[in-house]
Amino acid sequence: MALQAIAFYVLALVTVAAGLAVVSARNPVHSVLFLILAFFSAAGLFVLLGAEFLAMLLVVVYVGAVAVLFLFVVMMLDVDFIQLKQGFARYVPLGGLVAGILAVEMIVVSSTVASRGAASANDAPMAATDVSNIESIGRVLYTHYIYFFQASGLVLLVAMIGAIVLTLRHRPHARRQVIADQVARGPKSGMRVVSIKPGEGVGE
Amino acid sequence: MTIGLHHYLAVAAILFTIGVFGIFVNRKNVIIILMSIELILLAVNINLVAFSAYLHNVVGQIFAMFVLTVAAAEAAVGLAILVTFFRNRGDIAVDDASMMKG
Repeated sequence: MALQAIAFYVLALVTVAAGLAVVSARNPVHSVLFLILAFFSAAGLFVLLGAEFLAMLLVVVYVGAVAVLFLFVVMMLDVDFIQLKQGFARYVPLGGLVAGILAVEMIVVSSTVASRGAASANDAPMAATDVSNIESIGRVLYTHYIYFFQASGLVLLVAMIGAIVLTLRHRPHARRQVIADQVARGPKSGMRVVSIKPGEGVGE
Repeated sequence: MTIGLHHYLAVAAILFTIGVFGIFVNRKNVIIILMSIELILLAVNINLVAFSAYLHNVVGQIFAMFVLTVAAAEAAVGLAILVTFFRNRGDIAVDDASMMKG
């Protein structure tokens, strides 16, 4: 139990510190790397809670796809990030005050919910049974929540089409292959018989 | 020394607040704003998974999975808009982005 507590505190501290570094780093590439660290340690917290499948999903989807997409865009855009950082110090006192009050309120409310709410009856997370985490998720996801699962697939499809449509650039001067034109081209349109007088050649 | 539900909820609350704080202080840099939104959604996921574990009910994890899906879609579309915006404007300062103001 003590080992679990140590693991929790280490992972929680790393998550919070990485989150703070994301919003305060000077270089956005460092921000993305700290975001990856935050996701990774949050995945560790999920493993501590017994949600192994979501932990692996977090690593694969967030670290493997989303964070790499961020990294790609940050490196692709040639932006003066120092200039964008202006005004940071001006908003820190007020923002810190509001954020501090918000954090204290949320912690008070959530500890009340944890001690008096419906979850207070169980003082330990879900015990490991013979049914694994991924199997129990699959049993519920593919029966009761099958329509939501399909809808989430539609959400991803629409997002993919939207991203392609947004970033597709139509260049008017680019030469493209038009198969129909190539097939319709016959000897009449593709060839011209020119009669040349001897000794003069073809004048343009 | 035992780790209870309120420990996880406190971590999620702090992470959520960091995300909100990041939106406050980085008002110009839309990339950091998108990353702050990802942090907020991560905090929500930690809440959902913690409640799922302590209520002994797996539905919270399924909802967290849907949140993950929406977060991935949102990041893809947001970054696509960002790339288009950069192509049209030459910078990504969003505090004076008023092109769509009628």
